[in-house]
Amino acid sequence: MRDYRQARWRLGEDFLEPLVFEMKGGGGSYKFRIEEGILDYLGVSDPWQLIPPDLRRDEVGLPSLTEPRVARHFVRLSQMNYGVESGPYWLGSCTMKYNPKISEKIASLPQVSRIHPYQPESTVQGALKIMFELSEMLAEITGLPHFSLQPAAGAHGEFLGALIIRRHLEELGEGRRDEMLIPVSAHGSNFASAAMAGFKVVKIPADGRGRIDLGALRAAAGERTAGLMTTNPNTLGLFEDGILEVAEVVHSAGGLLYYDGANLNAILGRVLLSSMGVDVAHLNLHKTFSTPHGTGGPGAGAVGVREGLQDYLPVPVVRREGDRYVLDYSVPKTVGRIRSFYGNFAVLVKAWAYLKMLGSEGLRTVSGVAVLNANYAKSRLEGLPGVEVPYGRGEPCKHEFVLSLEPLKRETGVRALDVAKRLMDYGVHPPTIYFPPIVREAFMMEPTESDGLDEIEDYVRAMEEILEEAAENPESVKSAPSRTAIGRLDEALATKRPILSWRMYENKRREEEGRGPG
Amino acid sequence: MRAHRIVPNSDENTVKIMLSKMGLSSISDLFSDVPREIVLREPPNIGEGIEEEELEREAREILRLNLTAEDARCFLGGGIWDHFVPPLVDFIASRQEFLTAYTPYQAETSQGALQAIFEYQSLICELTGMDVASASLYDWSTALAEAARLAIRVTRRRKVVIPRSAHPERREVLRTYLRPLGVDVVEVPYLGEEGTVDLEALEGSADDAAMIYLESPNFFGVVEDSVEAAADLAHSRGALAAVGVDPLALGVMRPPGEQGADVVVGEGQHLGSPMSFGGPSLGIMAVRGEMRLVRQMPGRLIGMTVSADGLRGFTMALQTREQHIRQERATSNITSNESLLAIRAAVYLTLLGEEGIRSLGLKLVASSAYLMRRISEIAGLEAPVFSGFHFKEFLVRAEGIDWSEIPERMARSGFLGPLPIGRWYGELYDCALTAVTERLTKEDMDSFADALGEGVRP
Repeated sequence: MRDYRQARWRLGEDFLEPLVFEMKGGGGSYKFRIEEGILDYLGVSDPWQLIPPDLRRDEVGLPSLTEPRVARHFVRLSQMNYGVESGPYWLGSCTMKYNPKISEKIASLPQVSRIHPYQPESTVQGALKIMFELSEMLAEITGLPHFSLQPAAGAHGEFLGALIIRRHLEELGEGRRDEMLIPVSAHGSNFASAAMAGFKVVKIPADGRGRIDLGALRAAAGERTAGLMTTNPNTLGLFEDGILEVAEVVHSAGGLLYYDGANLNAILGRVLLSSMGVDVAHLNLHKTFSTPHGTGGPGAGAVGVREGLQDYLPVPVVRREGDRYVLDYSVPKTVGRIRSFYGNFAVLVKAWAYLKMLGSEGLRTVSGVAVLNANYAKSRLEGLPGVEVPYGRGEPCKHEFVLSLEPLKRETGVRALDVAKRLMDYGVHPPTIYFPPIVREAFMMEPTESDGLDEIEDYVRAMEEILEEAAENPESVKSAPSRTAIGRLDEALATKRPILSWRMYENKRREEEGRGPG
Repeated sequence: MRAHRIVPNSDENTVKIMLSKMGLSSISDLFSDVPREIVLREPPNIGEGIEEEELEREAREILRLNLTAEDARCFLGGGIWDHFVPPLVDFIASRQEFLTAYTPYQAETSQGALQAIFEYQSLICELTGMDVASASLYDWSTALAEAARLAIRVTRRRKVVIPRSAHPERREVLRTYLRPLGVDVVEVPYLGEEGTVDLEALEGSADDAAMIYLESPNFFGVVEDSVEAAADLAHSRGALAAVGVDPLALGVMRPPGEQGADVVVGEGQHLGSPMSFGGPSLGIMAVRGEMRLVRQMPGRLIGMTVSADGLRGFTMALQTREQHIRQERATSNITSNESLLAIRAAVYLTLLGEEGIRSLGLKLVASSAYLMRRISEIAGLEAPVFSGFHFKEFLVRAEGIDWSEIPERMARSGFLGPLPIGRWYGELYDCALTAVTERLTKEDMDSFADALGEGVRP
């Protein structure tokens, strides 16, 4: 019998842990001392005299707390958060796999953490070598020979990729091509990235099998087409088996094929992106290459391009010259800079370490087991009451699959959201819900290769119990969760009446007190 | 398929059990939908996998080639700084609940991250004097670019004004982001004597601007003394006033929120995170509490709400601005941000507290003033080059000297820095940027000044 409780630090009548601004001070404080002799040398008795009076500030408004209080506060907060080492984390499209600790250890060495981006190249040869080797390994894995490691995240990579496409078309005198084709099932960031790069978005519907509708694609592709942004396997977890035709249609229309690497984990070491006709791709190092997500970042979104597009990469590019590594700023038609410095280096080091540990054979172990686990979980869940598989029934999925809980909603009134919330009470992280938008009451599940068979079975049992509960007592599922730090939150209220900072909170409270009761 | 230590179901027996329950015999059956002609026969060659102890040895062997701020004393700045990282920050940030979790889409099981990020937002608001701070952007440069895009949406204008004394790489990023929109980026000169922005030139460029940006301290370390005037100018012409800041300056200096700024951007790497060769970093953005600005903010915002059990809680707010809902009409494409660095900054700022942030600011002012004077007493060197008030960073001039070889020479003497800036400012070809942190002692600064004197001697 499983019994899970998330830590719940309820320290007030109507709140859990207080905010740092609400905590009581007392005791000593952090203090930086000005060394003896410095002020004398400057001929002042008080350092404030060094600052022009009209620039001085009297008060900042930070809390004054001792270290033990601060430590306990943030440890308690961490205990009210769920991580990959807490348990199964089937958050579809996010690839929540185990993050090896050796990667963390290496990235925390001072040779990684305490080097400055403006040091002379001769003093950062180790850093440049790791970046170069990582680029080489990513090139092997994708078949795309040239990489930029600058993008800070997947969406940042998409933006860069779209800029490269744009720049390339301008070079060819094809600047009139201003339409980016994007399948309706794509990640939301694809649409936003294309728009940021100045493209008009043209949405391509899915066919009955959940793949890009080739007829619609043919109809949409033309002389305005700049490219197609594809995710393969797509967000339904299905391999775009028409990918070669898709590439052919896009290329013969004069566009480029962009690959969103969010789902690369499924085909790691099994298919080269280049053989699918991909021209430009981004890889999410924080997904496929197992660097931790940090509650939303930092990530890294390496961008690879085929031969012929390397002259558009952002500067600088890491190159090897003999036995030296250099930062090359002379990229002739570069799209420019997309951020300061060279990329999220500490994240790159972790991805490098992960790949060194996996090796060639390990790549296939990862994709093989990720796909095995997903198919196994799907086979165990697809027959359950209230659940249907709208796309990909009777065929293998890749690293993830999407269930629809529409029948459950119809029969019991219990929605995907409710089931997700109840899953938390079983000590697992819910899947991605209501995505992709082409599936009603979508439940997008990605077990990754990091869960053991017994853990998958546990997850399945939790689903079985919840579906049973939904049939017998729908209201109880609708009131979930009850074993997390806090009960169901009113998310709409946070938008309707935004309180986004301590000072807004204080202002609101003052206003309400001013109005008095009633 | 070879079994691997970090992949639970990869042993032959488990694979067989799982496949047989599905009525399959081989993993390759699961890839039957991949066109045969593109299936790789052999995996890509990235070398044999190695075990942890071997990997650590190899990593150390390669990384040994890096000269660190532990081996040498670091006087480099320009957007990334070697400030002290309190051990508690590393301790908290290595808790797996924060380190490995995804974006807190499911609020009830993610209260810890949500509250920590809300606290980060709140602390940034206190520092900057603004009302609403974003949950983080990639870095200062992309925060600046996003601020410009915000201003363009709010004002429906197509011009952005920025001083030439703003960080050159940030100006480049701004141009990259705005080029597809066909927006003009107008650069205004700095005053040759003071190093501050040329207000007259600023005024001359202000018409039809969506945003007027000042960076303070600017790339030369000079604090702008006319932020208020620039903000007034912006408002009188219907533009937004944006200010870029080093948050550590705000412990002792007037915040942009008191000087009329509508938008504040800045770097937060040095709020408790190491340099890491320039990344990850932490893009700060904060705005005044007007909903026309808040609704146009890029990326994630954490807000306060209540739970069914009557408790105060936290969740993502105003999500209809974001890409996963609004798609191509979103305010930005940003998805993953720099959350863990925001949490680090929250721990850092809370730990330092009022007294810590103020004493740190004073120490940095005193140290930079000391080093400037020490250097200026050396024959052939001038510091600072500009007469304005400097915070933490300043230019050193060695008249008529080409700096390009000097950083290597300084590295051999055990110093990182200074940074020659001639590649960005031809007229300042004989100048280099120097920064101090609280880690540097008086003795470090003395020996740096002496080494610099030696270094520039022909």
